[in-house]
This record gives sequence, structure tokens and C-alpha cells, in this order.
Amino acid sequence: MIRLVAGRLLTLPLVLGAVAVMTFLMAAASPFDPIRAYVGAETVVDQETRDHIAQAWGLDRPLPEQMARWLGRLVQGDLGRSHLFGGQPVRDLLLDRAPASLLLMGSAMALVLVGGLVAGTLAAAFRDSWFDWLVRGASHLNIAAPSFWVALLALYLFSIELGWLPGAGMSDLRSTGAPRVDLEHLILPASVLAVTQHAWFTLYVRNTLLEVLREDYVRYARSHGMGRWRIMFRHALPNALIPFVTLAGVHVSELLGGSVLIESIFGWPGLGTLVRDAALGVDLPVLVAVTLGSSVLVVAGNLLADVGYRLLDPRVREGLP
Amino acid sequence: MTAPAAGRAGRPVPALRLGTFRRLPGPAVLAGAVTAALVLLALGAGVFRPLDTYTVALDAALQPPSLQHPMGTDEVGRDVLARVLHGLRVSFGVSVLAALVALLVGGTLGVLAGALGGRVDAAVMRFLDVFASQNHLVFGIVLAVLFRPALGPVGAVLLSVGLTHWTSLARIVRGELIALRGQPFVSAAIGGGAGRWRLVRRHYLPHLLPALVLGFVLLFPHAIFHESALSFLGLGLPPHQASLGNILADGRRSLLAGAWWTSLFPGLVLLAASLAVGTLGEYWRDRHHPRWRSELEL
Repeated sequence: MIRLVAGRLLTLPLVLGAVAVMTFLMAAASPFDPIRAYVGAETVVDQETRDHIAQAWGLDRPLPEQMARWLGRLVQGDLGRSHLFGGQPVRDLLLDRAPASLLLMGSAMALVLVGGLVAGTLAAAFRDSWFDWLVRGASHLNIAAPSFWVALLALYLFSIELGWLPGAGMSDLRSTGAPRVDLEHLILPASVLAVTQHAWFTLYVRNTLLEVLREDYVRYARSHGMGRWRIMFRHALPNALIPFVTLAGVHVSELLGGSVLIESIFGWPGLGTLVRDAALGVDLPVLVAVTLGSSVLVVAGNLLADVGYRLLDPRVREGLP
Repeated sequence: MTAPAAGRAGRPVPALRLGTFRRLPGPAVLAGAVTAALVLLALGAGVFRPLDTYTVALDAALQPPSLQHPMGTDEVGRDVLARVLHGLRVSFGVSVLAALVALLVGGTLGVLAGALGGRVDAAVMRFLDVFASQNHLVFGIVLAVLFRPALGPVGAVLLSVGLTHWTSLARIVRGELIALRGQPFVSAAIGGGAGRWRLVRRHYLPHLLPALVLGFVLLFPHAIFHESALSFLGLGLPPHQASLGNILADGRRSLLAGAWWTSLFPGLVLLAASLAVGTLGEYWRDRHHPRWRSELEL
């Protein structure tokens, strides 16, 4: 167990280093001109000024040296400075935006888990009933429906046509004082993010439950006269949910991808909007930092999943099939 | 195709015969019909809706759906149906190419890893791990930003889809090849003096073909979503080009004016396209390659 965790913790910096090197090489291979991006498209600079900037940034050095310097700063937690946001350090920018994103993604995740658990369990319990068909149909539709389109429709229906919920920003623009979050501003983006991401979990709960319900120990419990719901909650559900932890890491990253679209539609001032703005303004340091951050999420999520799986399922721990 | 060819596990691979169609279930038939209809509509966009998709008619701006404009008009008075049909053609074309790029990258690397093995295999697999640890959309956005100046908007989208969606296919191809390498006919070919290249061309690729075709079909819905999401964010095709993502981005602007039709219809078409093609691919996978179910979720 300890060896596994230690081994995985050792591979974490390796994978991150590989991602960092790959991003650097890709940026170097692309025709992207950092000086051009820095001075902006409108400003004309002569060659002398360009050389000056290149020298100040070390862009005149050979590529391996540039990479080594960049990686060295990265290790110290220096992610560079943003061109777009007035030369602000990227780290501060990310830390600034992260809470809003975490709030949105956390609320959406909670909604996905609760909704998926209820819908998936009911669908499995009443297999092939109209409810099961409804859940399956909605989930398959959901996987195919583009999330940003669903967001547009929800924005139109609930915010513009019905006027029930505010559709932009994190708090009322008229409010003064420190930035805060209004709950009614959170409801629409969080629900849309949850609705567009729920299908995998609902279908997962339903399908694993159906598999577990075929196990011998479930038949045994039934033969002892145990009721349907007691079997469901006491035996089937806990066992069905164990493999779920292996999926959590990947889906946190999916949530991040989904929030790029949802946040920019609802004007939510989080990491997703930051990615959109940085991409449109070609702010490379910010984009690279978010790329690295999302791989940290995936790798850390996979590590947690491996450890959690062993803790929860004694069969895996003992190396049994 | 009269004699069924022997499959990998020795079980006969069902050949495509007329009787196959009789046993198809409803959803697959429906999905096939919808796919065919959409492809026809996209190809014949100019015939079915011979309206100019660029001319501005401000006096007809933001008209709700009517007989003359079944999907209404957008903020500058262009017919939404005409734009959707032309956009469908563009989105279909770009997505097919993008799925092909992903197929090419994944197939090549999978063949390299599976056929050569050893150090090449290890290197490819580590490379794959790095790519698999990326979120498709975030990484795709970075790629699109980086390579837009060099490759142009379309090239950047193709690269963005290709480099983010190849990993599962490469895994499958590699797995299939590793299984193939132990087959007697491969040993016989090697014993007969076949070189590596001949082995790949004559023996491996024909066996991989079903996997590649299926991978392409299953990649398509992802490609069309990725393309339209990039265009929607303003990072894909040029904004004047009618593509489903761009039309939705335009529709978002007229939403505040109460125009729901400029958002609803293009999205419905996008949904129909990815649902139909996805259903077809999944049906084919579950019927003929159930082992790939866990891998080919893509």
C-alpha cells in the first residue's frame, strides 16, 4: 500500500515534467511570437526594441537553455506573467479565479452525485419501466447534446423569457462592497453544468447496480426474505459505488473542460472564463499554467482513485480476481 | 464474401449480407436514416435551400419562424435554415477530416507500438499517458491558439481535434496488434521471410481495418462537438463562415433580444448529427466488437 502510494507520488512529477516539456516544445514549434503578443498587434516596434526585449527575456539564448530556465522557475512555483492582465503573475491570477470555479464545479458535482444516485438507483430498481426508459433516453440525449447549446437554451428560458434567475455574473452588479456570491446567481450555471455532465454518472450507477444485483450474495439475501430496498441500500449500492472512485479523477477534469463553455456563457468569473479570455487574447503563460493544472487534477485524481479503490475493496487489496 | 473469415478468437466474423439488415433493431435503422438524411441535406444544401447565406437584409432581421423562413432569420436578416444547411456541410466536412487526422495519429502510433514493441512501445505508451492526462477541450484550445497562425483556422481545428482524440484508438490498435503477433499465420509469414513492413501492410492492416473504421465512426461525434465548441468560443472557423458552432455563437448574441430560434435549431441539428452517428457506431461496436466496449468509449 505504502509502496503503491510512494510509487505513484514519484511518477506524479515525472508526468507533470513530461507535460511541461511537451507544452514548451509545442510552443517553440508553433509560429507563436511572444514579443508580438507582448507589444500587441497595433504597436509597431523596430528590430532594435525587439532585440532588446528578446535579450531581457532570454529569448536569444539556445532553446535547451530557455527550457531549462523556464522549468527551473516552474519548479519554484513561478508560472510567469500574464500579457493580457497587465503583467500580473499568473499564479496570483489563478489563485484569484480558482475559488469561483471551485464553487461552481463543487456545486455541480454535488448535484451530479445526488441526482445521479437517485435517478440511477430508481432506474435500476424499476428496470425496463417507463422511468428506466426515461432516465436512459435522457442520459443518451444528454451525452450527444452540446453543453453550450443546453446552456443557451436554459439561459433563454429561465433568465430571459421567464425571468426567474439572473443569467450573468456571480453577484448583483448593483451591490457594493467586497465581491461576494449570490446564491441565485449560482443556481443556473451550476444546474446547467450538472445537467450537461450528469449522464455518465447516472448510467454508471444504473449499469453497475444491475450487474451487482445479479451477484450470488444478492440472490442469497433475497432467498432469506430480505426486502428489495434493504438489499439495494445495504448490499448492492455500496458495492456498486466502489469502482466509481476510479472514475472521479477523470471526471473532475471533464468538469473543468465543461466549465470553460458554461462559465463563458454565464459570465462566471472563474478559471473557465480565464481560459477563454486568455485564448482569445493569446496569453500563453496563462494557457500553459491551466494545462499543467488540469494534468495535476487528472494525475492526482487517478492516484486517489487507486488508493481509494484498495481501501474500499478488500478483493483488490488482496490481489484476488 | 461468401465464406466467413476466421476472427481473432477463431469465431467467424459475420460478413455483411442482405439478411443482416433484417435483424437490425429499430434505433440503428432510425440512426442510419437520420445520418443519411443529414448527409444528403448537407451535400445538397444549395439545392434544397438556394438562398444566399451571407447577404444581409436588415429589414428582415430576427423574424420568428414562418413559412418563408422555417427557422426564422438571424440578427442581420439571414435565413437560419439556409445557414444551418450550409453550416452542416462545413461542420460535417471539417469533422470528417478531423476524425481522419485523429485516426491517422492514433493508428500510426498504435501500429508503431504494437508492431515494433520493446522500447518503441514503451516510449509511445508514455507519450500517450501524457496526452491522456489532458482535458480534451482545454488542451484543444491551447493547440488551436498555438497553431492558428501557421495552419490557418481549419488546420488549427483539425490539429486540435487530432491531437486530443487519438489516445483510445492507439490503445486499441496496439492491443489488437499484440494479440495478432502471436497468431500462427504471422509466424508463418515471418518464417516465409516477410519483412516488418510487408507484415504490417499485408497482414496487420487488413485485420485492423474494422477497428479503424469503427474508431472513425465513433470519433465523429466528438470531432463535431469539438469543432463547434471551438468555433463557438471564437477559436475555430472564421466567424463569417457558416458552421454550426459559429451560427450558435451568433445565436447567443440575439438571445437577449428574445430570439430563441437562432439558438434552438442549429443546436438541434448538431444534436441529431452526433446522436445518429454515435448510435450507429455504438450499435456496430456492441454487435461486432463487444470487447472494445470499455476502451472505445472515446
